[in-house]
Amino acid sequence: MRRSMLFLPGNNPNMLINGNCLGADAVIFDLEDAVSPDQKDAARILVRNTMRYMDFRGCEIIVRINSIDTPFWKQDIDQILPQKPALILLPKTGSAQDVLEADGYITEVEAKLGMEKNTVGLMPLIETAMGVENAFQIASATKRVKALFLGAEDLTADLQCKRTKEGREIEYARTRLVVAARAAGVDVYDTPFTDVNDDEGIVTDAKLAKALGFTGKASISPRHVEVINSVFSPTQAEIDYAYEVMAAITLAKEQGKGAISLRGKMIDAPIVSRAQQTISVAQALGMGREDGK
Amino acid sequence: MSKLVKSIQEAVMLAGLKDGMTVSFHHHLRNGDFVLNMVMEQIAAQGHKDIYVNASSLFDVHMPLLEHIKNGVVTGIGADYIAAGLGRAISQGVLNKPVQFRTHGGRPSDISKGVSPIDVAFIAAPTADPMGNCTGKYGKSACGSLGYAFADAMYAKKVVVITDNLVPYPLQDVSISEDWVDFVVQVDAIGDPKGIVSGTTQITRDPVGLVMASHAAQVIAHSGLLKDGFSFQTGAGGASLAAAKFLKDIMLKEGIQGSFGLGGITGYMVDMLHAGCFQALMDVQCFDLKAVESIRTDPRHREISAMQYASPNSRSAAVDSLDVVILGATEIDTDFNVNVHTDSNGYIMGGSGGHSDTAAGAKLSMIIAPMFRARLPIVTDHVNCISTPGKDIDVLVTQGGIAVNPKNAELKARLQAAGLPIVDIQQLKEKTERITGTPQKIVKGDRVVAEVISRDGQLQDQIYNVPQV
Repeated sequence: MRRSMLFLPGNNPNMLINGNCLGADAVIFDLEDAVSPDQKDAARILVRNTMRYMDFRGCEIIVRINSIDTPFWKQDIDQILPQKPALILLPKTGSAQDVLEADGYITEVEAKLGMEKNTVGLMPLIETAMGVENAFQIASATKRVKALFLGAEDLTADLQCKRTKEGREIEYARTRLVVAARAAGVDVYDTPFTDVNDDEGIVTDAKLAKALGFTGKASISPRHVEVINSVFSPTQAEIDYAYEVMAAITLAKEQGKGAISLRGKMIDAPIVSRAQQTISVAQALGMGREDGK
Repeated sequence: MSKLVKSIQEAVMLAGLKDGMTVSFHHHLRNGDFVLNMVMEQIAAQGHKDIYVNASSLFDVHMPLLEHIKNGVVTGIGADYIAAGLGRAISQGVLNKPVQFRTHGGRPSDISKGVSPIDVAFIAAPTADPMGNCTGKYGKSACGSLGYAFADAMYAKKVVVITDNLVPYPLQDVSISEDWVDFVVQVDAIGDPKGIVSGTTQITRDPVGLVMASHAAQVIAHSGLLKDGFSFQTGAGGASLAAAKFLKDIMLKEGIQGSFGLGGITGYMVDMLHAGCFQALMDVQCFDLKAVESIRTDPRHREISAMQYASPNSRSAAVDSLDVVILGATEIDTDFNVNVHTDSNGYIMGGSGGHSDTAAGAKLSMIIAPMFRARLPIVTDHVNCISTPGKDIDVLVTQGGIAVNPKNAELKARLQAAGLPIVDIQQLKEKTERITGTPQKIVKGDRVVAEVISRDGQLQDQIYNVPQV
């Protein structure tokens, strides 16, 4: 379960070694934008060693490597893959071809290391107009793709518009990505809210992302993690309702009834499916019921 | 009759100061204090030698003391806290006799018992009248509470009040009253307001500090102590203040009405008072302008003496009614002994202040510290100096988990049941050392440069000189 993903600069040892204490479900060790070209090798070694020696139990590790049009990305994969990150975040993914190229090299390295194919997942970062338009093809390019990730800062530059807190300019990209990812059966993560001092703005932005169907949201500030976790966690009322739905369905089956209503509303397959999702998240958060009912 | 004298020079003479005597100072003007330096300059000018300086705390503004030490004017020092600049010189062996470190409660206790008698006390008073009634609440050098000066005023053989705001007799709102005062001196300035109190004390924005603060608030919330009547003390450090903020949110959400906030008081504790978290603030020292304004205007915000605050010799002290205190540490060992006197190289850079008093009194004593600072782990096998004994510490909160003193099994069970990240302190040490490596032991010299005296007057530990390479 990834409600929150926290970016940590790959060249900042203090942030890296404290990364597992900041409450995020996942951390993204960044070898790309946070690191200047003359520090790429140092950051790569630092991230590798952090993964090798630090205990990150309870916090998933994702690594943003450099994009495939740079001279760095293969070295990134060479160093990082042996540490088995959960996902590689692939920046500036514009087409299924980009995914295939990255996947090909990752597969090669996995084989060299004796790792099972697809041990390490891939999360294309969609941050160009081309990427948005090709979102479904990207999401369904290979089995290695586990999720899409929206990057609004670079995208708005490509769209030649201003990035605003309200985010009208990325409405299309957001909904397009959610639809594409869901159609391909993978998760989808929203872009960070970049004003670290706007405590109300992050709440609004996270709630919007949740409402649009995103699985979770990234953050560039540890201060936003708690809000994101809270927005993307089910409320107690939602959990209670989900258990009610499942109990009603069980009862209907026992009584041989085809259809059943709860609180005056017909319970149909989508409602059951949502209830199952809610219970599954609640269980992952330790908010589920012990007897499962 | 007038107690007004023309100058500090005259006051020193009239007080009958002689070689070998003890003079005392309080530290409410903190790093903005002019009084100690002005007085010691006159004492030196009058040719006195072998003077013992008993100060509630010494800051780096008091660096001129080093010259007086080198010239034989000052041969002994007692303090509850010594800042890093002076501390370094003391650790290098500038003083022949060991410094005597006491606690904020132990100092007035030993003064009142005659263990550390004072010949002449010099009281820096932001406002005073000609008969010596004085207060810290008013004047251009206002510092709020004068809590640490009470024992000096009550028990010194002679008492000199030094002020830069002389008002007509009688001063209305009196902290230290005329019946204890022998002489009054008016000077241009007793201190630099910029160094006396900070404008505002800031809550940390450091993400690691916020994680620790959040853990700390959760520990309090699940300690069983957070209920109506709750009492609390915290420091002015960023993470401690952030813990207070999280605690305030919990108290307001749960509708918990505490009884009192204690100690050195910050604007943040004032906010908690205003929000209804406490009925009263008991204030031995103000840390910022908001606290000074509050103690001047709000009767619920009361000045207390160091004796009422923390003296083990008082019939009762506020620390004995305290539920929770949040404290810092430069080092803590696997027996929970805490060092706040020396840095990682063994140099003096602090002191207990009220650390061991509140730890001894409070029902829950919590240390907040990061797992490491720079490259050095906080948890060690043995601290370089025992400032507060481990028997008085209940919990260590770090970003990497919460260690509970094994003596407090019930608390550990409560916190575990609440799902908090509990770790064994030994494991925490090992986990940290996997990142930092195991530091080399510091090299101690063979000369004792300071004695750490426990709040009940026992020699608790000794600090050795740092050999100069």
